[in-house]
Amino acid sequence: MSIEIANVSKRFGNFVALDDVSVSIPSGRLTALLGPSGGGKSTLLRIIAGLESADSGRVEIEGLDATNLPPQRRNVGFVFQHYAAFKHLSVWRNVAFGLEIRRRPKAEIRSRVEELLALVHLEQFADRLPSQLSGGQRQRMALARALAVQPTVLLLDEPFGALDAKVRKELREWLRRLHDEVHVTTVFVTHDQEEALEVADEIVVINEGRIEQIGSPDELYDRPANDFVMRFLGPVTQLGDRLVRPHDVQIQVGEGKEDPAEVTGRVTRVTRVGFEIRVEVTGNDQVVTVTLTRNEFLAMDLQVGTTVRVRIAPEVHAGTVAVDQAQLLAT
Amino acid sequence: MADRRTGTAVHNRPGPARHVLRLVVTVYLVLLVAWPVALVGRNAFGNGLTDLEGILNDPDVVHALRLTVTVAVTAVLINTVFGVGISLLLVRYDFPGKRLLNALLDVPLSVSPIVVGLALVLVYGGRSGWFGPTLESAGFQVIFATPGIVLATVFVALPLVIREVVPVLQEVGDEQEQAARSLGAGAVQTFLRITLPTIKWGVVYGVVLSLARSLGEFGAVKVVSGNVLGQTRTATLVVEEKYLNFDKGGAYATALLLTLVAVAAIIVVSVLRPKEPR
Repeated sequence: MSIEIANVSKRFGNFVALDDVSVSIPSGRLTALLGPSGGGKSTLLRIIAGLESADSGRVEIEGLDATNLPPQRRNVGFVFQHYAAFKHLSVWRNVAFGLEIRRRPKAEIRSRVEELLALVHLEQFADRLPSQLSGGQRQRMALARALAVQPTVLLLDEPFGALDAKVRKELREWLRRLHDEVHVTTVFVTHDQEEALEVADEIVVINEGRIEQIGSPDELYDRPANDFVMRFLGPVTQLGDRLVRPHDVQIQVGEGKEDPAEVTGRVTRVTRVGFEIRVEVTGNDQVVTVTLTRNEFLAMDLQVGTTVRVRIAPEVHAGTVAVDQAQLLAT
Repeated sequence: MADRRTGTAVHNRPGPARHVLRLVVTVYLVLLVAWPVALVGRNAFGNGLTDLEGILNDPDVVHALRLTVTVAVTAVLINTVFGVGISLLLVRYDFPGKRLLNALLDVPLSVSPIVVGLALVLVYGGRSGWFGPTLESAGFQVIFATPGIVLATVFVALPLVIREVVPVLQEVGDEQEQAARSLGAGAVQTFLRITLPTIKWGVVYGVVLSLARSLGEFGAVKVVSGNVLGQTRTATLVVEEKYLNFDKGGAYATALLLTLVAVAAIIVVSVLRPKEPR
């Protein structure tokens, strides 16, 4: 295990940012810390980097107790949401910074910086100042700068949060490919579940200072531990007292027999979003959302007012969660 | 940047209000600043170069000018080091009493310099001061000597570097410093390689303002210096002395020299300043 976090707590005044958090982050993999804003995920990342100190608990990096080490002694690479580019230094000098601090020989610095600039496709921008780069380029520069010192772990705090949607998508695919090349243990913070599901090998879901679930994207999506994880990772709808993904609900035209697993109702609304059709079925004082592909929808010839019956697809029972009554009352 | 440019473009459309405003501002500045200062220059050359030559050949005036430069440079050095330090303390750290310290830093700007002088005499005065006799018995005279003049000058110019540097530090934030730390830089390396280059222009403006203020300080210096001819008389005191003794030509010539140094500093900075704001 590369990063061991044991019983870490952190308060800011009265606000509990982290409440007795323990987690092991595996070596050589890409791990996402996923959760809503203010849930404590950035604080955890900053504690790993040493930019914030924990009130209690232990942090171990590659077997070394780092709890009381200052950031410059932890050998971590950190990438900030707003790039934190050294504005008075050229791209080249930015990337070389960590190596110059370590007083590496000039020739080594030159070859390493050139190699990294090639890796992040910024060779032709070496002499520019950060202010002459786009947001995506600045973030790639920041990544090269962090990788230059060959960190034990690479930590990214909402790395794509300040970029527009298209660049965001490009960069996260690029990050995934980069990680497949470089294999450095990487932890990144995000509040975007799609980003986490697409990029990460493993996801740690954090909410209100606690860890809700740890697992691979498939495990989290298919077998959420509770209804927070279920709701946070994708769309949900409620059928009876179960939460289920709208694409895991089966729909059939016509009234059924007295089957307890089925609910009979009428189609009350049909919305098309690109290839996906969302059908709302109202029955038993409950509105159930079902998503269908365009072809399924056309084959069934559904109209508003059609009588249908819905049930949870039998093969996906593991992917449903009993509704938390307390939360239901709260909402 | 882009916003500012659009903003100016809108205001550049000629209109009567703009012309009136421009006229008012110009007249105001000419009557208040430009004309009086220009008259000092004109009077300095009222007898040709005689007055200027006169003061430059007067060993007491030359001594006063030297003393003023020594005091100003020393005071600026002290204020720069402490100013940058206090700015970092104020912006980057939280501690009890921070607001009080912040308010205290404005005292030198709001209190009359002559009060500053009296206060310093009360503390460091050689005979009856609170701390002065102790220092004096150790062979260190503060009041009526150069250290007192430096002290008074440091006091009145104290907030100028801080008030320039603090907003810059606040604006740039501490992310670059954190990035430097995570890349292995220690506190000193981070300060020298990242913080100092970032706040460079704030420090330069602060230094120029402090220098101008230090060269021109009069009230506090008059009280603490004792105004001893050829020893503790500074350039501003020479101006007063000559003026009161009906040597107006000499007074204007000395005043012109003081003005030229301050104007030169401001011009040098505006030439060196990068065209693009950060």
